Amino acid sequence: MATMTQTPARREPHGFFTDTTVCIGCKACEVACKQWNQLASETGGQQPLSGDSYDNTQRLDGMNWRHVKFIEQFSADPQRTQQSRWLMMSDVCKHCVRAGCIEVCPTGAIIRTEFDTVVIQADTCNGCRACISACPFGVIDINENAKVAQKCTLCYDRTTIGEQPACSKACPTASIQYGPLNGPNGLKAKAQERVQQLKEQGVDQAQLYGADDKIVGGLNSFYLLVDRPQVYGLPENPQLPSRNLGPSSALTTVGAAVMGLLGLVSLRKKRMDHFAGQPADRER
Amino acid sequence: MTPSEFFTVAPHWTWWIVFYFFVGGIAGGAFLIAALLDLVGGPEDRQVSRMGYLIAFPAISLGLIFLVLDLNQPLRFWHMMLENHTFMPSFKWYSPISFGSWIIAGFQAFAGIAFLAALVGPGDKPRSGPLRPFHKIVYGMGFLSKLFLILGSIFALGTAGYTGILLTVTNRPVWANTNLMGWLFLFSGVSTAVATLILLGIRRKAIGEDLLHRLARFDDWLLIGELLLIVAFLASIWEILSSGVLPATWYTGWGLVFAFVVIAGVLAPLILTIRSRSLTRSSATLAAVLVLLGGFALRLVAVMSSETIHQLERVAGG
Repeated sequence: MATMTQTPARREPHGFFTDTTVCIGCKACEVACKQWNQLASETGGQQPLSGDSYDNTQRLDGMNWRHVKFIEQFSADPQRTQQSRWLMMSDVCKHCVRAGCIEVCPTGAIIRTEFDTVVIQADTCNGCRACISACPFGVIDINENAKVAQKCTLCYDRTTIGEQPACSKACPTASIQYGPLNGPNGLKAKAQERVQQLKEQGVDQAQLYGADDKIVGGLNSFYLLVDRPQVYGLPENPQLPSRNLGPSSALTTVGAAVMGLLGLVSLRKKRMDHFAGQPADRER
Repeated sequence: MTPSEFFTVAPHWTWWIVFYFFVGGIAGGAFLIAALLDLVGGPEDRQVSRMGYLIAFPAISLGLIFLVLDLNQPLRFWHMMLENHTFMPSFKWYSPISFGSWIIAGFQAFAGIAFLAALVGPGDKPRSGPLRPFHKIVYGMGFLSKLFLILGSIFALGTAGYTGILLTVTNRPVWANTNLMGWLFLFSGVSTAVATLILLGIRRKAIGEDLLHRLARFDDWLLIGELLLIVAFLASIWEILSSGVLPATWYTGWGLVFAFVVIAGVLAPLILTIRSRSLTRSSATLAAVLVLLGGFALRLVAVMSSETIHQLERVAGG
C-alpha cells in the first residue's frame, strides 16, 4: 500500500462507471481484485455456498473489495405472467465526493488522492473502526490479516502509473469502466448516452445512481441501474454521519450547562452553615 | 424509518467500549462532583472531594486501557493524536474520536494533577516533597486554583458526554436516529459517579448526613433528568422502533435490558431517595448500587442494541 507524506498534484477526477445491464456475473472483477491486491481467501479457497443465488461473497468488507450481487426477480406465478429477470451488479467502494469515512477518521489514515478517490493508508490506520459505521454503503470493514480497516483503493498503485484498475481490466463485457469522470469523453457523458439508448429500447427504469451531486456530493464510482436502488442493496438517500455532529454537540453542551447548574444548586453548602463558625480553610 | 441506515455495517464496538463508556462516565462525574464540592461546598466536604479525585484519575486511566485494547492495532494508539508520518499533532474537530482523544488527554492531565494533590492526606500540609506543587495548584492558589477546577470540570463533562456524540455521528440505526445520546450519557455518567462516591463515602465513614442529603438531592435531579431524556430518546428513535424492520428478538432482548435501566436503574433509586426524611444510609446504599447497575446496563443497551443489528439490508431493501 502506498503511503502519502505529501500531497501530489491534483489531477482530473477519475472513477468507475458500472453498467449493470451488461454484467454477466462472471466474477472476474472479484478474482482480479483479490489477486492484484493480495487479498487472501478466508476459507482456504473452499468458499461455502451461501444459498443466496450465485452470491457466495455476500458482502463488501476488508477482505472483499469487489462484490458481484445477484438479484433474482422471478415471478412466483407458475404461468410466468410477469417478466422474470436476473439483475447482476459488481459493487465496490463509491469513492464519495463527500466521504463519511474521511469525516470521522481520527488518525488521518483515510485520504483523498489526486484522482479524487478515497484511500485508506494501512500504515496509519489503527483499527478504531469509526469509518465502518460512518460509511452509508457498508463498504469498509476490518481486514483480519492486516488488522486495519480496508476497502477498494481504486488500484491507486496501478492508476498512478497510468494503468487501469485490475477489476475494470478484467471485466469482459465492459460493465466496469474506468476513466476520467467529466468532459465530453468522460464516464458521465458515456453513461448518459447509455441511459438514453436503453430508454429508446424501452427500458424505462434505466437510471444513473450517483452520477450527479445529489448522493453525498456525487459518487466517483457510479452505477447504471434498471430498478430502484434498494433492490441492488443501495440506499436511496444515504447520509453523512456529520449531519448529527452539530445538533448532538449542541444538545450535549446544553446538558452540561444544566448539569453544572444542578450541581451548583444541589451541592452548595448552605450559606448559614458557613457563617456558623466553620473555618474556610482551603489548605486543610 | 430511514432505510439508508440499514445498508451500513456495525463497527464491532463491543465489551471494551461498553466498559470504557461506563468508567469514563464515572471518571468525568467524580472529578466534576469533587470540583463542585471544593468550589461551593464546605471544609467538611473535603474528604469526599478528595475521594472524587482519587477515583477520577485511575478510572480514566483504566478507560484508556480499555480503549487501547479495543483497537485492532493497539500499539498505534498514538496515531489518534500524532500524525504518524510527520509526528505533528493530529486534530479534527469534526471527528468525535479525534476531539474525544484530545478531551480525554486534557482531562487526564487535570485529573492526574488533582489525584497527586489528593494523595496528600486531609491532615497533612505538604510544605515540601514531590506532591507540594500539585497540592498548591489544586488548593493553594486562590483564584487560579478555582480556575483549575472549573477548566478541569469542563474537560470532565466533555469526557462523560462525548461518547454519546460519538455514537450519534455514525450511520447506524438507533445511534444515528437520535441526538440525545450525549446528554443522556452525561447525566447517567455523573449519576453513576454520585453513586460511587456515596457508596465509598458510606463504607469509609467519610460522608456526613448533610453531604449525603446534598449528594442524594443532586442524584435525584439527575435521575429525573435521565427519565425525561429517556422519554425524549424513545420518541426520537420511535420511527425505527415502529418500522417493523427489527426482528422480534431484538425488541424482547434489548427491550428487557432497557426496561431494567428505566425501572431498576432510574425509577427505583429515585423512589428510594427522593423523600429526604426517609433517606437512610442503607436506602442510599441500595439506591447507589441500583444506579451503578442501571448506568452499566444503559451503556450496554446503547452500544449493543445497534451493534447487533446486522444483515438487515435485504429486509429494508425489499
